[in-house]
Amino acid sequence: MAVVEIKENVFWVGAIDWNKRDFHGYSQTKEGTTYNAYLVIDEKITLFDCVDEKFKWDLYHQIASLVPLEKIDYIVVNHVEMDHSGALPFIVDKAKPEKIFCSPMGKEFIQAHFHPRNWPLEVVKTGDELILGKNKVQFLEARMLHWPDSMFSYLPELKLLISNDAFGQNIASNLLFDDQHPLEDILQEAKHYYANIILPFSPLVKKTLNKVEELGLEIEMIAPDHGLIWRSHVKDILGLYGEMSEQKLKPKAVIVYDTMWSSTEKMAKAIGEGLNLEGIEIKLMHLKKFHHSDVMGEVMDAAAVICGSPTHNNNMLPLMADFLTYMKGLRPSNRLGATFGSYGWSGEAPKLMQKVLEEANFELPFEPLRIRFVPEHDSLAKCKELGLNLGKKIKEKF
Amino acid sequence: MEKWQCQICGYIYDPSQGDPDNGVAAGTKFEDLPEDWVCPVCGATKENFEKM
Repeated sequence: MAVVEIKENVFWVGAIDWNKRDFHGYSQTKEGTTYNAYLVIDEKITLFDCVDEKFKWDLYHQIASLVPLEKIDYIVVNHVEMDHSGALPFIVDKAKPEKIFCSPMGKEFIQAHFHPRNWPLEVVKTGDELILGKNKVQFLEARMLHWPDSMFSYLPELKLLISNDAFGQNIASNLLFDDQHPLEDILQEAKHYYANIILPFSPLVKKTLNKVEELGLEIEMIAPDHGLIWRSHVKDILGLYGEMSEQKLKPKAVIVYDTMWSSTEKMAKAIGEGLNLEGIEIKLMHLKKFHHSDVMGEVMDAAAVICGSPTHNNNMLPLMADFLTYMKGLRPSNRLGATFGSYGWSGEAPKLMQKVLEEANFELPFEPLRIRFVPEHDSLAKCKELGLNLGKKIKEKF
Repeated sequence: MEKWQCQICGYIYDPSQGDPDNGVAAGTKFEDLPEDWVCPVCGATKENFEKM
């Protein structure tokens, strides 16, 4: 992949991971991803971020096609997670930079990852400036977006925000810009990314967006460290982050379930029919067909999450326990919940799921719905009724 | 004295330790921290803390 000049004398020198599917061990990336790194050619040649260790030679050759590595003066580390810093020791070794800039927590994290003996680390904080020559960099700490060390770099002369993980999407493409793809598709990927990585820190997203406004940063381009670069739709992605940080919801319900002999699945469909009659958009997602990160992508704008599992050995099925643990950690708020499931004799699953949703601060207006073994017409009518009642509750919120 | 936990990053404010890096002496109750004090790990404000 060739380097791309994204702004005058700012070059994308990153790597494309076309075949990435397992992202950080918890999310799935069906479209692959990129590790974006940026090289600014100025009086001080500066590299912003690195790539995954497996792609260190890609980064090396990209940079070497512009300048010999030993010409690099500065490296800015916006975030220490391994997909952006894995290649850092290799690059530091080749480039021998004069200085490496990072946030206060960044310094601690670099030490705890790479245990460097004599790297020229220099801590920067919000408001600090670094002169590169024609350009300067203003640093903005973005703690917990999504790690305590996360930081943005803003180049005012170019109106360019290098935003690290924020505003990213997992898309592998050699067409690096937002306007080279259908907007709907990239916003969908940005939403999936937010739901699985940024969601727990929504209050801080709001704070950071306010800070950006307060500082009056003019932003013409946002260059994140994953996926496409925003140049034509900056307003759209900032608007979407504003909405997502407020957890703005739609009259939509996600019915997520697992099933043994299709009885719980029949219940799921009947509940969906009730919701449908109330005009609610529904998504039925079988956990053996959908990864928990894809379910979260749909939960992101859904007003209700309805969980179904049969009872197996006095408990819920393992994939439901997996999903609930995962969702609870991501702390969605302001949502309605409900639970259901088929059972044979003991029937604990719906109550256990209800308990987890309660701990996760879901509003639970109805008792768990259980049906013994295989549902017939009358018991499916109860499911449909639950759907209708939930539909009415959802509509009250809009 | 009660400990308080940051609901954003999990940091625990222990009054017996204070937050010496940010000028808060050991023995300072959470309630007595200045209003503009923020979590030393993630920068969250006091309202993001819950009593443990």
